[in-house]
Amino acid sequence: MKTRRVIHVPVLARVEGEGGLYIRVQGGRVMDVKLNIYEPPRFFEAFLRGRSWQEAPDIVARICGICPIAYQMSCVQAMEQIFGLTVDPMVRLLRRLIYCGEWIESHTLHVGMLHAPDFLGYDDSLAMAKDHPQFVQDVLALKKTGNDLMGLLGGREIHPVSLCVGGFYRAPTRRQLQAMVGPLERARDLALRLLRRVAAFDFPDFNLDYEFVALSHPSEYAITEGRIVSNRGLNIPVTAYEDHFIEQHVAHSNALHSIRRQGGSYLVGPLARFNLNFAQLGEELSKLAQECGVSPPCRNPFRSIIVRMLETLFACEEALRLIACYEPPERPCVDVTPRAGIGTACTEAPRGLIYHRYQVDENGNILAAKIVPPTSQNQKQIEEDLRRVVDGMIDKSEAEITWRSEQAVRNYDPCISCATHFLKLHLERS
Amino acid sequence: MKSEKRAKPKIGVFKFASCDGCQLTLLDAEEDLLAVAQAVEIAYFPEASRRMRKGPFDIALVEGSITTHHDAQRIHQIRRASKLLVTIGACATSGGIQALRNWQDAGEMARVVYARPSYISTLKLSTPIAEHVEVDYELRGCPIQKGQLLELLSALLAGRKPNVPTYSVCVECKRRGSVCVMVAQGIPCLGPVTQAGCGAICPAYNRGCYGCFGPMESPNTTALSDHFRILGQTPTQIQHAWRGMNAWAWEFRKASEEVKVP
Ligand code: SF4
Ligand code: SF4
Repeated sequence: MKTRRVIHVPVLARVEGEGGLYIRVQGGRVMDVKLNIYEPPRFFEAFLRGRSWQEAPDIVARICGICPIAYQMSCVQAMEQIFGLTVDPMVRLLRRLIYCGEWIESHTLHVGMLHAPDFLGYDDSLAMAKDHPQFVQDVLALKKTGNDLMGLLGGREIHPVSLCVGGFYRAPTRRQLQAMVGPLERARDLALRLLRRVAAFDFPDFNLDYEFVALSHPSEYAITEGRIVSNRGLNIPVTAYEDHFIEQHVAHSNALHSIRRQGGSYLVGPLARFNLNFAQLGEELSKLAQECGVSPPCRNPFRSIIVRMLETLFACEEALRLIACYEPPERPCVDVTPRAGIGTACTEAPRGLIYHRYQVDENGNILAAKIVPPTSQNQKQIEEDLRRVVDGMIDKSEAEITWRSEQAVRNYDPCISCATHFLKLHLERS
Repeated sequence: MKSEKRAKPKIGVFKFASCDGCQLTLLDAEEDLLAVAQAVEIAYFPEASRRMRKGPFDIALVEGSITTHHDAQRIHQIRRASKLLVTIGACATSGGIQALRNWQDAGEMARVVYARPSYISTLKLSTPIAEHVEVDYELRGCPIQKGQLLELLSALLAGRKPNVPTYSVCVECKRRGSVCVMVAQGIPCLGPVTQAGCGAICPAYNRGCYGCFGPMESPNTTALSDHFRILGQTPTQIQHAWRGMNAWAWEFRKASEEVKVP
């Protein structure tokens, strides 16, 4: 028996951005696991300095084309905190609505096109389309509805143009939103059908005792605001984030790892939200979840694909509910008078908690920015998962180990483009 | 059967420094995606497929800008392996938003110390693909527009010239029937100098264009800077207007450097 093996996947497929995987096994034990992130850093926080509060939402959107709303929303809310603004309740509703669009689009992309091929044994969803045409067509149609919702509210689905500090540049009419009702109802049916499909996949028996971290809100399944909570008793306001989480810079990665201050990894994303805010999914969805083989606490990351589709279904229903409540705000945007200060905000990106902090001068020009995306927070956890996954199948063939390891990484829907752009945050003055 | 498969043009999708939004546009072409996949062989597209074929490629779609030594070499390999090379999006055509670092003061950068500076290696500048290799076609936008991508692909497959207009966003605004935000409300707008393609989204959403499709053919940037001044914009604001997603595109870069910031 070979005692020393190295598994090296130089380019990880079906993840957003550029990463690789490196696993070293010796004497039947996993010695080293590395999720290499070689996506070049783009230094956003360096060139945000000096730019105005008005420009920030459009700049930070460009960190990620898959979840631009998460960046824009966190940014505008942090700025609004600095300027002491309260937005119209209908603006708040529209923000939750466009965020639902992003969840539908991003989750469906991941479930149907990036993750499902692992479970069904295909290289990609286009190859899958030959044998499972209905599945792939459902995925594309569902994803399109998420995109259409974002397009309607935001002008376009990738890098929407309508969000601004204080509200929206333009708010839709009731009639415009009504046009989404039919498509969203169909999307709900598609999401249900897809949910049942993915629930029937085979899942490896793999459970870990995670610390789940997510936003939690008293009256709704948290998306745009809330307190930061965990299953190990953490319960803090967003302003205290940096007292509890720190970032580390490690050699093999162009991204920063984020860990708990007391040490230790944690998990953000659909599984964390599901476990922490389960009751707020509502009775019907809770029942459905149990039927589909997930109930809190769900500690099997491979089952996150089910939770993602469940959240997609939730987002379709929530979008319908929000549209029914909508009345156009008197003014789409409140007036802004800039003032100096520091503001923070967290929202729930499709991949999990995202944190923004900005410091601005009296004219609202940015002095410092810090952004911690979900993938930086999950990265250490991904490596720990990999160690356990490989440990449990050490005698298997290299191809099997590689396949399963890649699948384990994709459990997190890692967005590597997001994770890399924050190196400059880690500066120390000499 | 086999020869028929051979006949399908091979496409590769390559990524450099970017946000992935432009390649996502391909997956967002939901209704047409399966049709595209029928017409071509998507031989290399790591974000969508685990199967990664080697070149040569008939068409390389290149997203992102060049920011590392490694990438500066990789783009040459891709060029050598590809019959046609198409750059997609502002990052690839102009250096993207990350080109804003091209103006960062080197002295200041040197005084600041990374936690682990030896772990990162990047070039000083973020540069467009065309500064490194010959580019056959380009699609503008941050992100590119789906319709333009499909038009380009079908044109290349049919062996005709793609129909990608080089006039300004203003033309699209008129066509859409939007009221000019600059004339009617005095909102600064880059529409008069920005290449069409998006369908004039921003003015339709009651805001000025921020130039995400980059400079049109022979733009009159000086006149627009002057007009922004009349609208009450400060020199810094005017300079920042030029320094967005296409800051390193020559005409915008020149316009930004012409602004005298006190
Ligand atoms: S051009 Fe814009 S949308 Fe395209 S990859 Fe670059 S940042 Fe993303
Ligand atoms: S109007 Fe200008 S900034 Fe807005 S999408 Fe079009 S080109 Fe981009």
